[in-house]
Amino acid sequence: MITIENLVKHYGRTAVLDGVDIEIADGESVGLWGPNGAGKTTIMRCILGLVRYEGSIRVHGIDAKRRPKATRRLIGTVPQELGFYDDLTIRETLQLTRRLRRAPAERLPLVIEQVGLEQHAAKRVRELSGGMKQRLALALALLDDPPVLLLDEPTSSLDLASRELMVRQLEDLRGEGRVLLLCSHNLEELAMLVDRVVALDNGRVVEECPPSQLADRLGLSSWLHLSVAGGDEARAHELLAAKGFNARLNGHGVLVEVSAQRKAVALGHLSESGVEVLDFEVWRR
Amino acid sequence: MSEVDTGVEEQVGGEGVEFRLIRVIVVKVLQESLRDRWFWLYTIGFAALAASLTLVAIPDSSVVLSGGFGRTGAALVALVQLVVVLMAISLGARVLPSERESGSLAFVLSQPIGRTEVLLGTFVGLGGALLAALAAGFGVAGVLSTLRDASVSASVLIRLTGLSWLLSLCAVAIGLVIGVSQRKVGAATSTALFVWFVLVFLGDLGIMGSVLASRLPVESLFLAAVLNPVEAFRVAAIVALDGSLDALGPAGTYAVDTYGDRVGLIGVGVLVAWVVAPLTLAWLVFRRGADL
Repeated sequence: MITIENLVKHYGRTAVLDGVDIEIADGESVGLWGPNGAGKTTIMRCILGLVRYEGSIRVHGIDAKRRPKATRRLIGTVPQELGFYDDLTIRETLQLTRRLRRAPAERLPLVIEQVGLEQHAAKRVRELSGGMKQRLALALALLDDPPVLLLDEPTSSLDLASRELMVRQLEDLRGEGRVLLLCSHNLEELAMLVDRVVALDNGRVVEECPPSQLADRLGLSSWLHLSVAGGDEARAHELLAAKGFNARLNGHGVLVEVSAQRKAVALGHLSESGVEVLDFEVWRR
Repeated sequence: MSEVDTGVEEQVGGEGVEFRLIRVIVVKVLQESLRDRWFWLYTIGFAALAASLTLVAIPDSSVVLSGGFGRTGAALVALVQLVVVLMAISLGARVLPSERESGSLAFVLSQPIGRTEVLLGTFVGLGGALLAALAAGFGVAGVLSTLRDASVSASVLIRLTGLSWLLSLCAVAIGLVIGVSQRKVGAATSTALFVWFVLVFLGDLGIMGSVLASRLPVESLFLAAVLNPVEAFRVAAIVALDGSLDALGPAGTYAVDTYGDRVGLIGVGVLVAWVVAPLTLAWLVFRRGADL
């Protein structure tokens, strides 16, 4: 388990974390959610001992400040900014990490296969795409099958297909008593992967709840971009405005602000009024 | 998933320094050095200059100062003072800021390894790479002088290689102090060049200027000269190669008269101190743990 108490971190005079308390039980998957600068990544960096901080962090009872090496022994991590040794190959990078973590040699082919990098093991890191680097980071995190995984925006630089693959792999890693702490902007992604979301804003915890309740609790809204049939954009706009929606026309369709948990209500009104919606995209605020 | 063992301290050897982890970093640094274009540029440049100096000096090698320390030896000592110090100080200064910029330092320090092990592994790894570069350079010089039937013996080259390596370790340690204090590769490289210039040129000129301006007594002149690791190397190299310290002027004569055979040891002692002191300083700064 991970226990974070009164975590405070300043960069100069700016408080990036201002008294954060989080408790994560064995086997629990928790998401850190919040806007840029909320402090999600800094919490990860504090746990790993990469930055100095005030407060207390314990991982499986070990004080992370007093025994950073022992703490990191329990943690596999996929960082947001992937920094590897560019001139080493995938296999050399895995070997280096295996030796640092004292992972058994038999794990190497297993994790390479698990993330689908068998064909690329001889490639240098500098030759890899963003998606392949992300898969390499996951392989490194899984090398000694650690009881805690820290994942910081693990799908941020992936295309759609790679993102789906990564989400499936992360789903498989849930449970089995493993703690999974995941940072993401993407609430839908968190909903698939975590049991509980800790929402942060300006370095403070502002909400803790299941992911399905977060949008309502924080009053989160989304924008729908609608494409309607037969040049009915102006009519759709008037109908939505009349129903009290914040809507506006743009060059290609209608933009309407909706509750993050009740997006279909706007579509229902248009359908009842005979406006055919051909397509829509969700833009989360 | 791994069993969570409450005895993790035993598994990882507590928070003490683990030589196993230092060795892992040494291997990584050697692997990287072999792929670093700067390392090859310096190594090839040093070997080419050593070969050229050997060839140029050999025709006059009959002019032997004493015991085999001829013009070739003197030229190689000067080459080490210039090129090896530049190579080692810039490699030492660049390595950590470059890893910080690329994010690879954060990657390594996210693993169960301490900053002390990373710093020591980097120092030893760079030391190993520099030893290989020096062996290559002096090896070429040795082969050429053998082919030309010149006076530079294998033992002279081995002693010169050992002392040059010691000087390069001083320069790496000084470079690491620069590296742990600077976040950007550009700033670290500029600072390293400045320090190299001070050690190699301003050190000499500064001492000469001070002598002229303040009429320093000769013992102070010797002390001021030998405290500079580059000069300490020159003293130790001349003694080790059986040359005469008269080449150093009145300070050399004073040193021989006062310290006799111990003057070479003084030079080596200064070099060792210049390895230990900067490395300790680098460790103190790095261990304190600036944010990554």
